[in-house]
Amino acid sequence: MCNQAVCLAAAELERNGISTVALVLLRSVAERVRPPRALALPFRHGYPLDAPNQPERQHAVIEAALRLLETPAERGPLLVDYEPAPPARPA
Amino acid sequence: MGDLSEFSLPIRMFLRGYRWRVVDPVPWAPLRVPLARARLALFSSAGFVMPGQPAFDEGIRGGDPSFREIPSDADPAALVDTHRSESFDHAGMQSDPNLAFPLQRARELALRGRIGSLNHRHWSFMGSITAPGRFVAETLPRMAADALADGVQAALLVPV
Repeated sequence: MCNQAVCLAAAELERNGISTVALVLLRSVAERVRPPRALALPFRHGYPLDAPNQPERQHAVIEAALRLLETPAERGPLLVDYEPAPPARPA
Repeated sequence: MGDLSEFSLPIRMFLRGYRWRVVDPVPWAPLRVPLARARLALFSSAGFVMPGQPAFDEGIRGGDPSFREIPSDADPAALVDTHRSESFDHAGMQSDPNLAFPLQRARELALRGRIGSLNHRHWSFMGSITAPGRFVAETLPRMAADALADGVQAALLVPV
């Protein structure tokens, strides 16, 4: 339900001329509801920005969302999968 | 990928039969200015409130359609989780509210110049709304009008 709520909010903002990007935790919901721009996340509910107290991992998700916001396109919906960076190898 | 297998059988059955709202036509508002000059606002369905604000009400049939304003200078650690759903793990966002309401991350974006500015307020609601009629007809237009009046040009929306 959280996914639907943010998708509907994004649509209303966009109708008012505000550019939006919605994070979604269920790709299937975004496919059905069709927000203008959505980033589908590989994380479980409760963890939309990946991990608590991990600013860089949270920033990585936000940066992917902002890049989607900046994507030149003439119409939506745009639905893109987020791909986390692979963990760094130990030196 | 998050999927329905996260949920209990009754919730999975409910979601499989649920009639999702469909956005049609899909509105489209491209950025009118570079993001480095745009004003950003956050919208989160994680049910956070400020200390002293009323909690969201899980007892409202079909879901609580109300919203709370979160000032941009709020201490993220002070945000109170009032999302009543037991269908997800609350531990992460209680440990770090930025996980679902990334206020500190957004401030850092403004400091880095990745965004032009952060709006002076943001919007919180509780996303477990199974009957979104009032949410769509009343809450969303009000939030959008307020954001527009603030000069918000870009929005990041976060579910939980």
